[in-house]
Amino acid sequence: MTDHTETILDANAVERTLRRMAGEIVESNGGTDNLVIVGIQRRGVQLADRIVTLIEASDGVTVPRGALDITLYRDDLQTIGPRPVVGATDVPGAIDGSTVVIVDDALFTGRTIRAALDELADFGRPARIELAVLIDRGGRELPIQPDVVGRKIEARSGDRVDVLVEDLDGRSAVVLVSKRFE
Amino acid sequence: MTGGAPLGKDLLGLEPLSGEQITLILDTAEPFKEISERAIKKVPTLRGSTVVNLFFENSTRTRVSFEFAEKRLSADTVNVAASASSVSKGETLVDTARNLEAMRIDMVVMRHPSSGAAAFLADRIESNVINAGDGTHEHPTQGLLDLLTLRDHFKKIDGLKVCICGDVLHSRVARSNIWGLRKLGAEVAVCGPRSLLPSAIDEMGVTVFSRIEEAIEWSDALNILRLQLERMTSGYIPSLREYNRYFGVTRERLERAPRDVLILHPGPMNRGVEIDSDVADGPHSVILPQVTNGVAVRMAVLYLLSGGRPEQAEAAKTVKSGALA
Repeated sequence: MTDHTETILDANAVERTLRRMAGEIVESNGGTDNLVIVGIQRRGVQLADRIVTLIEASDGVTVPRGALDITLYRDDLQTIGPRPVVGATDVPGAIDGSTVVIVDDALFTGRTIRAALDELADFGRPARIELAVLIDRGGRELPIQPDVVGRKIEARSGDRVDVLVEDLDGRSAVVLVSKRFE
Repeated sequence: MTGGAPLGKDLLGLEPLSGEQITLILDTAEPFKEISERAIKKVPTLRGSTVVNLFFENSTRTRVSFEFAEKRLSADTVNVAASASSVSKGETLVDTARNLEAMRIDMVVMRHPSSGAAAFLADRIESNVINAGDGTHEHPTQGLLDLLTLRDHFKKIDGLKVCICGDVLHSRVARSNIWGLRKLGAEVAVCGPRSLLPSAIDEMGVTVFSRIEEAIEWSDALNILRLQLERMTSGYIPSLREYNRYFGVTRERLERAPRDVLILHPGPMNRGVEIDSDVADGPHSVILPQVTNGVAVRMAVLYLLSGGRPEQAEAAKTVKSGALA
């Protein structure tokens, strides 16, 4: 059995996709008023940064950007043995009454987003929460669906979707890694 | 204490930990600082876990700090204030261990007047044990919060010069600090009257100063220990006034230092004895940030240990099979 690697989005395609997603976020909210973009650690934060920069370029407005680390809200902490590393959480100002857009790299089971919704509720009561993901790979275990999607693919349960970002991985791409029998 | 899990089952002291493990705890404490700044200061991480704070010695600040840390992680907490004075300590601890385990607890935070009590308990129960001070041995979470406070201020520990002043002889805080600081690459000194320094202190790899002026001149930071007033009647020092005159950290002494010296104190302070009010409330004092960091560091330890695998503790298996020592 060997790993089969397929590039789903290259750097240019990631950039185009994020630009469209940034446009959709602004359009569906009728502008940028009361908008807060919150990335999920780690790669969601990088993507949220890109989206904030793209909105800045197109609309001339800097939308507040936050970061959520959902580790402490995971539903599998009792079963996973050694504790995972906890990253920084930083939610900008009061989010009461605002529209919070959660940004993550890949949407799979939906459990990360469930945890993120619980964590956001500890910071206040947004008027609305939306979900934007670069890749929706299917395989949901909870009733959670994205509002803004970069690319939807059908990955099998053993497959891995790697979202690579410039700051952490040295290049920008989305790669599907699947096990194949030779 | 090494093995599959990053920390293992228990936190008994800083001596058995590696520099990497200590750094892991300090790094983990960073995101926990933010939780105490939230409007809702609580995360669900330890929901359903039961923590017993078992204190055989009075301690308000350490117990309160642990209790805040436990509650902010959503653990259920029970405080047990026990007195060890009337019963044989060994027997009491074994019985206590059996009773606690029978009530299906997950963690024990213990303070005890006997050195080694935490290790004794850890060997006999499956629950995680956190040493909150055992005799004159160690007080690891105090050492960790001191390290975190130093790292916050200097952005590093490696190469720092830290002098621990006062009653080093009776101080578990001093021992945990010396181990932790040395493992992270700091230079450590102690300063105090010879009667309050352990005779073989140099073997711990520390410099010894007998004059506080020399210590201040050498140091980037001073960790000023509480002069335990009950020591005075035991003949360790002639009088509080004399102690203050020769070893008190005063503004005048600090002003003569070649650089700003950071001031730490584990509390509770005896103002006008080991530390003057001008210094305790001065611009270089981080005594209150130490208290804030204490909660974050204890949250980090509870979080990391909750992932330890109790079945890895060899000794706990012997309890299960009934071979209790």
